[in-house]
Amino acid sequence: MGNKSLALKNDIQNQLNQEVKTITLYPGYSKNGEPELFEPLSFYPGETIAIVGPTGSGKSRLLEDIECIANGNTPTGRKVMINNEISKKDRKRATRKRIVAQLSQNMNFVIDLTVYEFLSMHARCWSVVNASERIEWILELANSLTGEKFKMESNVAQLSGGQSRALMIADCALLSPAPIVLIDEIENAGINRRKAIEILTGEDKIVFLTTHDPLLALLGPTRLVIKNGGICNIIKRTPKEEGTLRKLEIADNKLDQLRTIMRKGGLLEDFNS
Amino acid sequence: MKLITFSGPPSSGKTSVISKMIRMYIDRAIEVGVVKFDCLQSNDDKIYSHMKIPVLLGISGEQCPDHYYISNIEDVFDWGVKQNLDILLSESAGLCNRCAPHIHDIAAVCVIDQMSGVHTPSKIGPMLQFADVVVITKSDIVSQAEREVFEMNVQHVNPHAEIIHVNGLTGQGVVELIEILDDYSEDSVVTNNKLRYSMPMALCSYCLGETNIGKQYQQGNLKKIEICETKVGCEQ
Repeated sequence: MGNKSLALKNDIQNQLNQEVKTITLYPGYSKNGEPELFEPLSFYPGETIAIVGPTGSGKSRLLEDIECIANGNTPTGRKVMINNEISKKDRKRATRKRIVAQLSQNMNFVIDLTVYEFLSMHARCWSVVNASERIEWILELANSLTGEKFKMESNVAQLSGGQSRALMIADCALLSPAPIVLIDEIENAGINRRKAIEILTGEDKIVFLTTHDPLLALLGPTRLVIKNGGICNIIKRTPKEEGTLRKLEIADNKLDQLRTIMRKGGLLEDFNS
Repeated sequence: MKLITFSGPPSSGKTSVISKMIRMYIDRAIEVGVVKFDCLQSNDDKIYSHMKIPVLLGISGEQCPDHYYISNIEDVFDWGVKQNLDILLSESAGLCNRCAPHIHDIAAVCVIDQMSGVHTPSKIGPMLQFADVVVITKSDIVSQAEREVFEMNVQHVNPHAEIIHVNGLTGQGVVELIEILDDYSEDSVVTNNKLRYSMPMALCSYCLGETNIGKQYQQGNLKKIEICETKVGCEQ
């Protein structure tokens, strides 16, 4: 994938006016107005950061702060800096300069086009050279994420939930210039979640993901714990947790195999990992 | 007082976006009021009065809504000044795509709905083309790719506008929208100012209430469709 990726960065990411080397998060306040007690946190391309906490605790709000490159102006009072620079007020927020992409379980394709037509349209948007090669590659990647393969001639609006998510992730990795990707709970999406994250970080994206899934939470070396609107703890993945991750991966693979057997109408009697 | 004009197709989310802005203005102790111009009926004035702010509702009824808007904006502006407002938000719905309520040197916002499809920006016309800020709503439920294509199509129609995504339900993006609008003059001038784009040419017999169909009933400024004799369709 390496060489192709390099070409991608040259022709799409150059259309952004800014290369993202770091993103730094400065503390704000919880819902009660108590200050968050952490030193500024910096994240780098290729990194995955998990955001965990009960429903309603403020995980999505943290994603919102990152999305708008907060400057103390959001309800949390947090600041986000790109390459250690304060975001300029006169910064044009126009498309070509946008640096944050978003993915969530609620997203759908609403357009009535085939996969090929859809990807061509998106490729034209960024004046991609060798678009058809890129499009083939996206489909291949998307199909590697989902159990049920789809084709160039499939209509995007008729894809299953898993197929849609797979296509969105592959497209986001290979056709979207945004170097920062925010993912809001994709656990039940019916795709290979681990591989999805690997594809995005492999393209040197910085991936922030809110999750209730231990496997996803352990994929990044850092996880932020949110309680009552504030970041209350920052956990660095421990060696023991890495052991848990390996076991979870084995269990997840097993579950995947069972799913495939089930789809083909087989019996689910054998569960030896 | 600062006047801000909002336009956009029906159900694009204008009222939701404005409501979220009002909450934030109230938090900042800014005196804010709303005028809603609509065509046939509207209950939005109730939504706004629940927020305990001054509200005016104007229904154009049998009048052309665009002409109704522009011939009343001065009176509405004076009303806002008398109410001691810092900011007056004007929301016009039911305007036809041929028109735009945007006035020179007065912040002009167009609200469009991402769900309406990627080709919509080119169909909306002057209210998008002459806006300073384009607010895209409902973008949280479509793919990143569609968002990027949609933005690009908006930019194609209006290369100068600031484009911003706002979630009308959660309010995500409103902080940024308000920051953009903060940069506009706090002393809007309406009297002797000008519309950015002219209202439609009139007047034909139908403007005056004619309902009959047929050549003999058509008078005044009329435009006829070009119809080609071949069955397959014209090359244009």
